Amino acid sequence: MDGNVHPHDVWSRELFKQFKDAGVRLYSYIPDAGNARLVELADADNETRTVLLTTEEEGVSLAAGADLVGEKAVLMMQSSGVGNCPNFLSFVKGGNFPILMMVSMRGDYGEQNPWQYPMGEAVEPILEAMGVLVFKVERADELEGAATAALNTAFKAGKSAALVLSQKFLGAKGF
Amino acid sequence: MTEVTLNRIGALPQIFPSPDDYLFVTGLAGPARDAAALTNDGPNMFTMAGCMGAAMTMGLGMALGAPDRDVVVIAGDGEMMMNIGSMATIASQAPKNLTVVCVDNGGHGETGGQDGHTSVRTNLAKVAEGFGIQNILTVSSDAGLKDAAEFVKSGDGPRFLWLRVMAGEPTKFKRNMNPAECRVRFKTAFQSA
Repeated sequence: MDGNVHPHDVWSRELFKQFKDAGVRLYSYIPDAGNARLVELADADNETRTVLLTTEEEGVSLAAGADLVGEKAVLMMQSSGVGNCPNFLSFVKGGNFPILMMVSMRGDYGEQNPWQYPMGEAVEPILEAMGVLVFKVERADELEGAATAALNTAFKAGKSAALVLSQKFLGAKGF
Repeated sequence: MTEVTLNRIGALPQIFPSPDDYLFVTGLAGPARDAAALTNDGPNMFTMAGCMGAAMTMGLGMALGAPDRDVVVIAGDGEMMMNIGSMATIASQAPKNLTVVCVDNGGHGETGGQDGHTSVRTNLAKVAEGFGIQNILTVSSDAGLKDAAEFVKSGDGPRFLWLRVMAGEPTKFKRNMNPAECRVRFKTAFQSA
């Protein structure tokens, strides 16, 4: 970062505070530009723990295991990773496990890499098919409300929720 | 590799003579039946009948969430191979309270006994070592079960116990396969423990 402020610093700090205040202690992830700053913050905090995964569906079962012993987790991934999750999302419809996800989008607004479009366009249908409610963020002023809704859906209502951060919000990567 | 003479029936009770002391999670199929018989489908065990490949990281989530409890994953070789990268996830986190037990019959018993990779060339002990799991024991005979019982109690986790068992029927046991019921049952028992 060369001393510059991370482009996602401000909202990542606010979102991390919301997650932490809601009792989220485990932050599992596959690295992505959209979750990088949040992972750094969770890593630096003594009360939260990051878990680097090898594939995104591991984070679904990790969260289910944590739920069995009363802990809260969030699974963070790029949109392509949603395609690795459906089978394990059987925990949601079959078992009522509350899974909270944060998806940073590729393949939507202004994407320049054609490989990203198939999964980008499939994110919401997949999540919907597996019983995960989608809370989409396109503008900065939508983040706090969407995050509150996703947290309450997962940890108060006991349903699963995905906070989906669009490229309109995150900014598209150049190629 | 050493010839396999270990019978899976009755093996787990010799390794875990006091199953109430642990939190268990199992993968699907035969190993889930062997394990459910061990605890009489007790509330300290969550067994799966789907989500093949989920057991190791579900155990990791339990171990990280309940650092004061001993957590044991019991899974078959097919289940483990499906998400073998989870061994790296576990090794990097290095939870001292986690033991992974693979009941390896060398094939897919649930679907007719088709060969699996461990009956060809895959050596799960070397795989675990390569991923960075430090404590590993391989048992292929009934005589090794004493060592296995000692292994799961000694040193720090994460531990990997590779039980190479003969092909054959798993323990006959009918367990509750409703995941929502089993979730509530587990959570309720855990909270009151």
